[in-house]
Amino acid sequence: MLWACLRFPQLAFDALRAVSATASAALAVSDGPAQQRRIVFANSAARSAGVHAGQNPATAHALCPQLQLLARDVAAEQQALQAFATLASRYSSLIHLREPTAILLEVGASLNLFCGWPALQRRLREEVARSGFACRIAAAPTASAAQVLADADDGIALTTLAVLQGALAQLPLAQGGLEPGTVAALHGMGLRTLGQLFRLPRAELARRIGAPALAHLDRLRGRIAEAWPRWQPPARFVRRLEFEAAVHATTMLAFPLQRLLRELELFLIARDGGVQRFTLVLGHERGASTRIPVGLLAPQRDAARLLELARVRLERSALPAPAWSLTLQVDELPPLVPPHRELFDAREQGRLDWQALAERLRARLGEDALHGLACVADHRPARAWRHTPPDTAAPAARGESHPAPMRPFWLLQRPLALHHAPPRILTGPERIESGWWDGHDQRRDYYVVELRSGQRAWAFVEAGSHTHWTLHGWFA
Amino acid sequence: MMFTPAADLFAPEPTSTAWPAPAAAMPAPPAASVVAAPSRDSAALETVLRHPGVWRRKSPAVAAVDVLPSGHAALDALLPGGGWPRGALCELLSEHDGLGECSLLLPTLAALTRARRRVVLVAPPYIPYAPALAAAGVDLQHVVQIDAAHADTHWTAEQCLRSGCCGAVLHWLAHGDYRELRRLQLAAESSGTPGFVFRPLAAASQASPSALRLRITSAADGTRFELIKCRGRVGGTTQLRLRA
Repeated sequence: MLWACLRFPQLAFDALRAVSATASAALAVSDGPAQQRRIVFANSAARSAGVHAGQNPATAHALCPQLQLLARDVAAEQQALQAFATLASRYSSLIHLREPTAILLEVGASLNLFCGWPALQRRLREEVARSGFACRIAAAPTASAAQVLADADDGIALTTLAVLQGALAQLPLAQGGLEPGTVAALHGMGLRTLGQLFRLPRAELARRIGAPALAHLDRLRGRIAEAWPRWQPPARFVRRLEFEAAVHATTMLAFPLQRLLRELELFLIARDGGVQRFTLVLGHERGASTRIPVGLLAPQRDAARLLELARVRLERSALPAPAWSLTLQVDELPPLVPPHRELFDAREQGRLDWQALAERLRARLGEDALHGLACVADHRPARAWRHTPPDTAAPAARGESHPAPMRPFWLLQRPLALHHAPPRILTGPERIESGWWDGHDQRRDYYVVELRSGQRAWAFVEAGSHTHWTLHGWFA
Repeated sequence: MMFTPAADLFAPEPTSTAWPAPAAAMPAPPAASVVAAPSRDSAALETVLRHPGVWRRKSPAVAAVDVLPSGHAALDALLPGGGWPRGALCELLSEHDGLGECSLLLPTLAALTRARRRVVLVAPPYIPYAPALAAAGVDLQHVVQIDAAHADTHWTAEQCLRSGCCGAVLHWLAHGDYRELRRLQLAAESSGTPGFVFRPLAAASQASPSALRLRITSAADGTRFELIKCRGRVGGTTQLRLRA
């Protein structure tokens, strides 16, 4: 096994960076209850002024008067870590989240696929760098060692336990991943490196540092098995982007939308799922929001296609107020069955399959713009047909033995009164009398008639009568 | 008859009362240079003449056109290749509703839907009556009706034609200009999908990029169909009467 560790040393800071992007100013992140706030991270400008983690904010301000203090956002950090775990799941099937700042992934099984560790490491670094987070990466045969080494030596990769043992022996105690109290006690005993610790007799060492610390040392060297809870991708997807300035037009949302959908695609790949229904929530001032639901005919995963549909939907809905944030929310993740394609698919460029075309049409024309047609076994002409959802299997044709009577190509939505009796009757009358049981009783004599203009029409009069001709269809 | 000098090189268009302005309808073919090519370049000329868009008067065979049989023997005999052209726009210009202009397509639609090809009706003006379609043998499972606001119908028809996943696209167009029809024609060509556009007869006098234009009028003894434009047709009668 080969474990890679992605460690985000300034996660607390990077997770807030979207808010304040000024790099040269002295910045620090503080955390804790109001009375006992502590600095948890200081950037390089602040560090050069003497500010460091664990400091009291008042002390920090005294050292560096222009210091900007930011409040820590733990939720944002966790969200970022989840996003990186999703990203990592493209390279490994075995992922552990080591809160608060590290992700471990087993890469030994993926090395062949991704052309070896150097190439894989480069890809991981590129992907993380794209999101603007600082990251340290190390690889080692044990997960604990990978995490310890990522702290100590960015970019190191050790493949065998023997080499690992040597490297760990050189490591200062403070970087060994032990509790600070234990480290201080060992320092007091005159120990400086992990190597010195490894040489001590186990029983005596256990008495001094306790069994958990000894187990940690064993796990580092691969002497006992490691068992961490495996990371599972969450069952729903919610991502929120805040804007630095108010957005007045929906067209300006295309770029943030693309970013969110790209993230969604990665997430869906990790879960091996699709999305059939998602909601875009536009946040306005004072907590108001606009929800724009987007529905698809079948589960989808492709970000480009989702973007096209969501964009059309966005452009069609007007913004009631300037938007300050955009949230993409997916509650259901149905399984995705990828479409079956031929190996040598002769599909020409720019061509679409029906599914994609239907999605595109629905996005622009509305959810219920597409209809199928079906016959209904009813004698009343206006009820002898119905709309169906498109692409649903129509009921089997009626087993009619007698020839079907003439029916027009067009049926009028509303029958139209004819001013004059038709000059020529071609066939008829056909008495249609039905519906006494449901209150829509009809007793009509239908005729195929020809009008003076040569048009053939389907017209009716009330049964037995010969006046008040009404037009009901065209033999177009 | 009024032909350009290239009449024996290029398939002429049948004349009609409404001959579209040549400059607008199609650019003048570069016929003169082809005809004047010296004989030593005959091999090059042959390759030019082998182009499917070039038809020579003296060749007996009709230029190969991919067609959809219309289901009416008399109409098939009129149309080059013996049917509706695939990958082109056909215009049906009807004087009124109820002259049999839609039923003319029913055999084609029945054949398409039975072959599991999808037929799309874009913005029909009335209800396409399912029992009539079923009686004509159309498999309703493969018929899709699309309702669209007036501003979107054109876009819808173009999308359907361009996608290449429809067997035929029927489009009812009350107003349409040359540019819009040109887009539809190009979309049909690019995907090989036949498009049928229903327009009022008044549009017959306007120039049109469609491959085929059929004027449908009522006569004392039935409905008269007249080809007022047909790509790839030479001479012969252009009229036929159906539904006496």
